[in-house]
Amino acid sequence: MERRKFIQSTAAAGALAGIGSLGLLSFTAAKKPKHITILHTNDVHSHIEPFDNGHAQYPGMGGAARRYTLINQIRQENPHTLLLDAGDIFQGTPYFNYYGGELEFKLMSKMRYDAATIGNHDFDNGIDGLLAQLPHAKFPFINANYNFDNTVLEGRIKPYQVFVRDGIKIGVFGVGIELKGLVAKKHYKETEYHNPIDTAKTIVKQLREEEKCELVICLSHLGYEYRDDKVSDQKLAAATKDIDLIIGGHTHTFLPKPTVALNAIGEKVLINQVGWAGVNIGRIDFYLDSSGKKNGGGAAIIV
Amino acid sequence: MKRYLLFLLLTAGACKFNDNYTPARIEGKQLEITPDIPANDSLENFITPYKEHINKEMEEVLAYLPYNLSKSDGRYNTAIGNLMADALIELSNPIFNKRTGENIDIVLLNYGGIRSSIAKGDVTTRSAFQVMPFENEVVVAALKGEAVREMIHYLIDSGTAHPVAGIELQLEKDNSIKKVLIQGKPLEDSATYYVATNDYLLEGGDSMNFFLKAEEATNLDYKIRNLLIDYFKAKDTLNPVRDQRFIKVE
Repeated sequence: MERRKFIQSTAAAGALAGIGSLGLLSFTAAKKPKHITILHTNDVHSHIEPFDNGHAQYPGMGGAARRYTLINQIRQENPHTLLLDAGDIFQGTPYFNYYGGELEFKLMSKMRYDAATIGNHDFDNGIDGLLAQLPHAKFPFINANYNFDNTVLEGRIKPYQVFVRDGIKIGVFGVGIELKGLVAKKHYKETEYHNPIDTAKTIVKQLREEEKCELVICLSHLGYEYRDDKVSDQKLAAATKDIDLIIGGHTHTFLPKPTVALNAIGEKVLINQVGWAGVNIGRIDFYLDSSGKKNGGGAAIIV
Repeated sequence: MKRYLLFLLLTAGACKFNDNYTPARIEGKQLEITPDIPANDSLENFITPYKEHINKEMEEVLAYLPYNLSKSDGRYNTAIGNLMADALIELSNPIFNKRTGENIDIVLLNYGGIRSSIAKGDVTTRSAFQVMPFENEVVVAALKGEAVREMIHYLIDSGTAHPVAGIELQLEKDNSIKKVLIQGKPLEDSATYYVATNDYLLEGGDSMNFFLKAEEATNLDYKIRNLLIDYFKAKDTLNPVRDQRFIKVE
């Protein structure tokens, strides 16, 4: 797809927090630049096969086996790649109704997904239905704002995961949408929902200050944007700092290009979501160096 | 919990060394999964047995349909909506009656919940999945006549062919009520009516707020899709029609 590109300058969204003695760096030898690629999907909704060629909106588009070809190509190009999913893996084709999500998880494992967060439809066979399929997933599920302590998922879901790619520490945390009113109580049971913004602030601080992460990615199933006060990726971006990228889902939003939003301290943060049903994959490339331009310099964002 | 603590310690350890890298340039784009991308063979082969099994199940012929059914064939009621509402009352009532001793008076589903048309010819399991891809279950709400009156006004205000059964609602040209009957009898505000719907609407979905006034609700643990499959299996030929259950006098 031919894309119109333009460049925006940004302060390197808080990637500097917690990293000391930057002022000295300009006098030391520059380190080798690093390149990290983030690939992401959302709301694939059991679309394992491509749409029919006669489909009105997405003729012949999508399909897990084709997605894997593209993922492999990109991994050959850059082995320092993370593959993430923003939830609603389940529900939408008979593959889910017949196999309960087994095939979805097995294929994602074969494609070597690094992590996924939990969408509301991932509770469609109840919290027990999700637990039953977890053994088929060789990647972690991450969510920080659901408390599963009084459920069968206790201890099975991590709030975040730190990945190291080419020596770069990438903190990925997950946030999910309020389940009440969206998912039957008998399905989510005693899962407690906490405010995603408050949760994000705490986790991001931890990732930056304790885990010393150089990139922080939020894997969100909150939804891109709402007319009312409901928490969305846009609201999360505006209310937090030190997040480099929000990968969204839930609203099945097709964006003409990744959104550059402003965070709580006026720095730029990327938000991306790639529709649904696996018709697209999102690709974000981070080029990092040790020039350490703090405030004012920062990254060029090309979308 | 212990495992998690260990994980924390490990990751914290892994993050001890302190690099000073920050993003200098970020590029973002969307890649389309187009038909010209070759499928990965190993993944395709892995999917094949699942696909074949599902296709076999999906292609099972359950009934015959002599004409096309589409939800756009009527203004206030449609043949496909009537089929769904009639199937619901026919197959749910024996279960509900056995559990409670009461009978279902009314069925109300939502027009938006009819997710596909059905083409004439063989009706298959796939047809049921297309019409009802979701996991919604049949629930029966006990509503006072007053709440049923709200429901009637919801139908009038929406002017939409939400699938109904058990009611007869005729409107004048100006949308005033010409006739409203429940199971052939006038609506009584103080009476209790048993209204079958799905769990999504029971919780107020599609702004059907009158369902929030339900005095009690019985979940029949019966998925609407499975109910449709059972209904199709029980019928040799389907011949639903648009009728007089919800109309406006022209």
